[in-house]
Amino acid sequence: MKLDARIPEGPIENKWTKHKAEIRLVNPANKRHIDVIVVGTGLAGASAAASMAEMGYNVKAFCFQDSPRRAHSIAAQGGINAAKNYQNDGDSTYRLFYDTIKGGDYRSREANVYRLAEVSASIIDQCVAQGVPFAREYGGLLDNRSFGGVQVSRTFYAKGQTGQQLLLGAYSALERQIAKGKVKMYARHEMLELVVVEGKARGIIARNLITGELERHSAHAVLLCSGGYGNVFFLSTNAMGSNVTAAWRAHKKGALFANPCFTQIHPTCIPVSGELQSKLTLMSESLRNDGRIWVPAKKEDAEAIRQGKLKPTQLTEEQRDYYLERRYPSFGNLVPRDVASRAAKERCDAGLGVNATGEAVYLDFSAAIERYGKTEANIRGLHSASKEEILKLGKDIVEAKYGNLFQMYEKITDDNPYETPMRIYPAVHYTMGGLWVDYNLMTTIPGCFALGEANFSDHGANRLGASALMQGLADGYFVAPYTVGDYLADEILTGTISTDTDAFVQAEKEAQDRIDHLLNNKGSKTVDHFHKRLGKIMWNECGMERSVEGLTKAIADIQALREEFYKEVRVPGKAETVNPELEKALRVADFIELGELMCRDALERNESCGGHFRAEYQTPEGEALRDDENFTFVSAWEYNGDPSSAKLHKEDLNYQFVEVKTRSYK
Amino acid sequence: MNLTLKIWRQSGPKDKGAMKTYPIQGVEADMSFLEMMDMLNEQLVGKGEEPVVFDHDCREGICGSCSMYINGEAHGPGRGITTCQLHMRSFNDGDTIYIEPWRAKAFPVIKDLMVDRSSFDRVIAAGGYVSVNTSGNTLDANAIPIPKEDADKAFDAATCIGCGACVATCKNSSAMLFVSAKVSQLALLPQGQVEAADRVLNMVHQMDLEGFGSCTNTGACEVECPKGISLENIARMNREFLTAAVSAD
Ligand SMILES: Cc1cc2nc3c(=O)[nH]c(=O)nc-3n(C[C@H](O)[C@H](O)[C@H](O)COP(=O)(O)OP(=O)(O)OC[C@H]3O[C@@H](n4cnc5c(N)ncnc54)[C@H](O)[C@@H]3O)c2cc1C
Ligand code: SF4
Ligand code: FES
Repeated sequence: MKLDARIPEGPIENKWTKHKAEIRLVNPANKRHIDVIVVGTGLAGASAAASMAEMGYNVKAFCFQDSPRRAHSIAAQGGINAAKNYQNDGDSTYRLFYDTIKGGDYRSREANVYRLAEVSASIIDQCVAQGVPFAREYGGLLDNRSFGGVQVSRTFYAKGQTGQQLLLGAYSALERQIAKGKVKMYARHEMLELVVVEGKARGIIARNLITGELERHSAHAVLLCSGGYGNVFFLSTNAMGSNVTAAWRAHKKGALFANPCFTQIHPTCIPVSGELQSKLTLMSESLRNDGRIWVPAKKEDAEAIRQGKLKPTQLTEEQRDYYLERRYPSFGNLVPRDVASRAAKERCDAGLGVNATGEAVYLDFSAAIERYGKTEANIRGLHSASKEEILKLGKDIVEAKYGNLFQMYEKITDDNPYETPMRIYPAVHYTMGGLWVDYNLMTTIPGCFALGEANFSDHGANRLGASALMQGLADGYFVAPYTVGDYLADEILTGTISTDTDAFVQAEKEAQDRIDHLLNNKGSKTVDHFHKRLGKIMWNECGMERSVEGLTKAIADIQALREEFYKEVRVPGKAETVNPELEKALRVADFIELGELMCRDALERNESCGGHFRAEYQTPEGEALRDDENFTFVSAWEYNGDPSSAKLHKEDLNYQFVEVKTRSYK
Repeated sequence: MNLTLKIWRQSGPKDKGAMKTYPIQGVEADMSFLEMMDMLNEQLVGKGEEPVVFDHDCREGICGSCSMYINGEAHGPGRGITTCQLHMRSFNDGDTIYIEPWRAKAFPVIKDLMVDRSSFDRVIAAGGYVSVNTSGNTLDANAIPIPKEDADKAFDAATCIGCGACVATCKNSSAMLFVSAKVSQLALLPQGQVEAADRVLNMVHQMDLEGFGSCTNTGACEVECPKGISLENIARMNREFLTAAVSAD
């Protein structure tokens, strides 16, 4: 198989315009006879479904939640990037493109990233037109904040609920098309198989999660917008239901899976507290605009803090180590996520962690509270304000900016972050890897497209904050509606696709067999039991630091776990009813296979780049050591009967517009 | 801590359903309410019994899935939180906890604690949007400045998570708080003005069709709303509705 990304020729700033002009269109009368399936209604899926329906296609949209409004995108907090340059701080399409390529540690595809930057500004226009209430300044114009890895202020936000507001905007566009009858919505449905007929994606098998019935749905194109696979680690910041099944099933039917080991571990999450914990909570990166990260400089102090004998507020400035500011003076607390996470792990491994488990660092707002308080006092002309008054003013400002995050933190930990620093630790957050797609966002199965977090294309080995929302909406609103049309131009004479063909019968049988096997298994262990064990293996060996020994052992352990799972798992209840244990079991079965592929991918990549840090490849100062000569490529894995026999293909990345450099944030 | 759980079990929409008692041991104060439910379900599965079915996803108070009526209150004790944000430190050793689904004609029970809230989606489909296509060919986002105060109020209304606690709490099962939140958000923004009259009429009409009850201003919804959606929104919607109804005549 030869991988062809089908990147249009020409200078980078003209590629998309030229491509759009040359792309084939489907006339309105023909669109009425073309069906499109959209799996997922997060930012990518809801925007794609609404846009395709507006264009005139018949859309069927699927999600496993009870409403499209509850997709995981709803939880995104901090913001969305766009090269608007409203702040007049030197931002531009090129700068956003460059920051994203650099942030991704030179492992993403230039042409796709440039297009993302290019359409970013339209996203904000579109969302405002839909009534998305972004934060504004007193003058009535849109406000911005900064995110990690960049030196401009280009992040648009709606307090700590940006994902919610953007998703509700896309959801309302979707509901508008549902009301018009152009989208048929299948909520509480889970895709279990992709149906491929004569080499083309022609439909899906979905399980109705209420009746348990397996349904066949056909279409001329299938858009997978099913999100990321961070839950392979069991504990992550993803919603409980986020899973890899839709993408994995497409992979097993022939779609290559790209860079599976590129996982983002987010530096600022609430630390793990106990064995029965079900998920981790993110504290938005926006907090690093104002919060300073530190640990005690001396081990004895850290020890005393862990034992509850010392409070962080009792340590003087000299007794603290603001390690990000120390190591990376130019970006300080705003280094990219992979760098910040590894630095936290390094300090905790050195015995300086600050909670009972030794795996936590401080995120401290006292300096920001004082700074804002002083400015506010000056603005109000309170030149003799007391320290208390200043702090009070400062707290009000901090509350206006981050109130809901502080409240969330307090609810979970019972600690008041206005008075004492937050304790945070890295956690699995996002997956840069995903289905391999070409410039048109089509996978290696003709007619099967992947959008949003489910594809691999834009973030390389590390995603910059506030860029996932941008990518999801770019793909769904502005890219796929054109590029899918180019494919569909060949389908105008196809007519309705029958679901009675062998391919549908066979795909349904495959899903049925999996369900029967799980329900009839007379095992003794719960699904979560296996999921937690898988998560531990992945976190320890394929998490923030990876090594040949660890990965080799992990692969063997996962293979054994898979065998045990099929022998020992117990799934109660029946197939013909609501059965959450069955839903979980089907997902975990796929996660176990994916886990093995992730470890293989990590093992093959003999370099450290972005979120992929191999212990063997680091500088004497502990910085990542990339190997551009041998690894400037996208790994794309072809399924071959088993994850262990998956075949590696390489898409070489030719940087023509950006000079590949060592990434430095010092 | 050790607790006694009294949980509503109902095998399907046609089943009558009943409360069942489950003792549970070893619950920790730092666990969330849903983690406590996970623990119970792990034990039930271990015994080969069917676990308790409930909706949940984000587990951080934003998706609006986790509809549970706990000790007679939507989302249990505590203000401004969803069930997934409720922690077991709010309970004491030896407590008996009653757990039921949302109860409203427009939210029929599917199984155990899981209910069907698709009526909310249909109310939004009736007009909870600005009729603009997603072409990207719109005005520049800063072309129309919006007073910060209006933008903030619109945002506050827009934070509704569609959980349905307001309906479950209201003795009339009215959806006024939910509907008014969306109507207000769009009424407060210039982009939503053009269709304001049709929007409120259509959404209220759909709300009535779905079988939600009428509002008698008890204010219970505002108290139980996890997102602090204010009654002001209902007042604003009533004004919008009156103006629209008058001009429609
Ligand atoms: C806590 C948190 C905060 C974040 N904050 C930010 C932020 O501030 N800025 C930013 O840019 N990014 C942020 N991200 C990342 C960002 O939210 C996600 O990457 C993005 O929302 C993914 O959108 P999506 O549309 O690709 O997928 P999702 O929103 O995950 O949607 C997936 C959809 O697919 C459906 N689905 C999945 N599998 C199936 C199946 N088999 N059958 C049927 N349906 C299926 C689901 O029902 C759902 O509708 C955050 C992520 C987290 C976890
Ligand atoms: S108004 Fe409040 S209680 Fe009602 S659905 Fe919205 S968030 Fe839930
Ligand atoms: S599970 Fe999402 S709000 Fe509770």
